[in-house]
Amino acid sequence: MRRFDIKTLGAIALILSTPVAASPRDALLTQYAAAAKVAMPAHSGFSAVRGKTLHTRSFAGGKADTPACVSCHGNDPRAAGRTRSGKAIEAMAVSVTPTRYLDPAKVEKWFRRNCNEVLGRPCTAQEKGDWLTYMTQL
Amino acid sequence: MNLPYRPLVLGISVLAFSAAVLASGNHYYAPVTDPVVREECGSCHMAFAPSMLPASSWKRMMANLDNHFGDDASVDAQTAARIGRYLVANAADTGGRQYAGKLLRGVALDNAPLRITELPKWVREHREVSAREWRNKDVRSKANCVACHSAAARGYYDD
Repeated sequence: MRRFDIKTLGAIALILSTPVAASPRDALLTQYAAAAKVAMPAHSGFSAVRGKTLHTRSFAGGKADTPACVSCHGNDPRAAGRTRSGKAIEAMAVSVTPTRYLDPAKVEKWFRRNCNEVLGRPCTAQEKGDWLTYMTQL
Repeated sequence: MNLPYRPLVLGISVLAFSAAVLASGNHYYAPVTDPVVREECGSCHMAFAPSMLPASSWKRMMANLDNHFGDDASVDAQTAARIGRYLVANAADTGGRQYAGKLLRGVALDNAPLRITELPKWVREHREVSAREWRNKDVRSKANCVACHSAAARGYYDD
């Protein structure tokens, strides 16, 4: 009978004990939660309601022609938006565009650009987490 | 008099077909094939064909991505280098010369124009488009080629 050596058994045990791999989206949310906790020890989770407010409200600090996320993305995250140059933007809601938010670098790239253009400053981890929660729960 | 109708019709058809092919050939700009370039340069507007601007323009464009016509389009250095290489290699005065046609006529290359829509040939070709049509909600901007040129994504810009 073939015997498993201790290393193989160890490896199997390790694989079995690892929780089901979280999707990159969940990993991002976990990362934002950790950062939010550091910035604000009272942080108690993300809120889709706050995310919706962030998505729809207007800001004065950014560029005049894009005062809100909805300026380009449209009021309904389940519908397509449109860039100022006229190109369609796929719906932001994960339920409609399931491929969204799976590449953390891409998510961060767009937060960096769009927060600066709409809010006139980088978004906080709390804001990113709230917004992403809203888009995943719609 | 008995005209040789069949050869005549055939001849005219061949001429018409050649004319159509030649004409469309003037309005073909090979679309971007590099997936990174297509993604990074095609998020806000369509990924414009590199053969629509000279290499000097693309170099100038890539050096100012954090203020790209007023928008922050910056990417990491590695991505920027890859995009820059592709655009310069396939520009109107390099690898994309065969598509550029008369597009660079009257364009000073050392001037490095940034807007395709300000090239004299582009302006001439679009002079019949009215201000009202440009304002159409489905057009929005002169960067939205595909609003009128339905096959633009495949490289065809016929009327």
